[in-house]
Amino acid sequence: MAQSEQEILAGLAEIVNEETGLETDSVQPDKSFTEDLDIDSLSMMTIVVNAEEKFGVRIPDDEVKNLSTVKDAVSFIHSAQG
Amino acid sequence: MATHREPRIVVTGLGTTNPVGGNTSETWEAILAGQSGARTMPFDWVEKYELPVTFAAMVKQHPSEVLKKVETRRLDPSAQYAVIASREAWADAGAPEVEPERLAVAMGSGIGGVWTLLDAWNTLQEKGPRRVFPLTVPMLMPNGPSAAVSLELGARAGAHTPVSACSSGAEAMGYAAEMIRSGRADVVVAGGTEAAVHPLPIAGFAAMQALSKRNDDPAAASRPYDVDRDGFVLGEGAGVIVLESLEHAQARGAKIYAELAAVGMSSDAHHIAAPEPQGAGAARAMLESLERAGLKPSDVSHINVHATSTPVGDIAEYNALKLAFGDATDDVAVTATKSMTGHLLGAAGALETVLTVLAVHHRLVPATINLDHQDPEIPLDVVTGGPRKLPAGDIAALNNSFGFGGHNVALTICSV
Repeated sequence: MAQSEQEILAGLAEIVNEETGLETDSVQPDKSFTEDLDIDSLSMMTIVVNAEEKFGVRIPDDEVKNLSTVKDAVSFIHSAQG
Repeated sequence: MATHREPRIVVTGLGTTNPVGGNTSETWEAILAGQSGARTMPFDWVEKYELPVTFAAMVKQHPSEVLKKVETRRLDPSAQYAVIASREAWADAGAPEVEPERLAVAMGSGIGGVWTLLDAWNTLQEKGPRRVFPLTVPMLMPNGPSAAVSLELGARAGAHTPVSACSSGAEAMGYAAEMIRSGRADVVVAGGTEAAVHPLPIAGFAAMQALSKRNDDPAAASRPYDVDRDGFVLGEGAGVIVLESLEHAQARGAKIYAELAAVGMSSDAHHIAAPEPQGAGAARAMLESLERAGLKPSDVSHINVHATSTPVGDIAEYNALKLAFGDATDDVAVTATKSMTGHLLGAAGALETVLTVLAVHHRLVPATINLDHQDPEIPLDVVTGGPRKLPAGDIAALNNSFGFGGHNVALTICSV
């Protein structure tokens, strides 16, 4: 079932918090995963796989490099849930 | 063999997490009080796999009580214990100011990240390769704990991982002392860690008849040198010491617990698991350690023996002691602290070195528990009933560790 972008953002923030310990409040749409949140490629893969499970979507490996900001990820998941 | 004691290497920090305590002071208090850390395992997998042994000596303090959630997710339990004990030891040493290129880590482990390895295998089978955690390999590698501590402290002179089964921790401490002697580092954080209270190692050790099956009375199961001993009790945790030269320690006004005067090492080349029954290899390790320290057997007033509570191993160590010491064993206060802590495998020698350092520092030998009927074939002066005082003046102690594969390590600890 499709969720709102706001619900996806909240869920994604929980995944990021679980993986990195960052406060959920710091996971804002304009933040870059690498530049702002200091998430390395290994952590990113864990976040992606956990997001796939949580949101019931598939995020292809080739797509991951295009998800530079939190907003990119939220939009991708939102449209994938279509 | 020439004395090999210069420059003198001293212990300036102690840290541990183990079945009887979550830190050094809690551990020492429990050990002096004769408390056992063995208890029935509360895990559903004990029944699921119908394990023949239903108890172990689990860490008293769960790592999640002191580590951040992210740390517990990204570190195998063996690395978690190493980090906890190293943080304590480093703070205890006064967090010395040392150039990163002169600071090293030597952290042994017997088994490595067995929980990570087998959890990942389950994930692969149940959910496929994409769900395997990306940090699986760095978490399961046996040098993970050593690397984690080097990251924690910014140690860049080297991060080493001696692996020699149940003598890994002691070997790491000996290796660390030699690093300082050879000029490769000024300060080394050294120890051993193990987190193998997992159904597979338990099944494996049980299959080789190495574990006690005293399921109805876990606290009485680890009974080194007792006639009714029937195997060891699996333990887990870490022991860590901070080592530096005496000159370095004095220059910064550090508190000094004791001197790690020498290490002796040998290998049996006899059998992959059984000790050489006459104890020749173990005796050579002890004598080499004493000779390097410029001491003779009659100088030793205390030995923390390896004594795991197996029928065969305890006798073999006694034979080695007789071979090395002759009648000089009569004047040695012997203790087997595994009677309380269980057998921490790769961390055993490390925890027991922490305890030997404390015994020398406080001049107090903790008692061995569960020694109700001492094996007449092992007529050693084992401390029982309560702690025994050590004499004033210069004293020397020995800590023995032996590992599957025929590895023998003996550390000589002296008062300062």
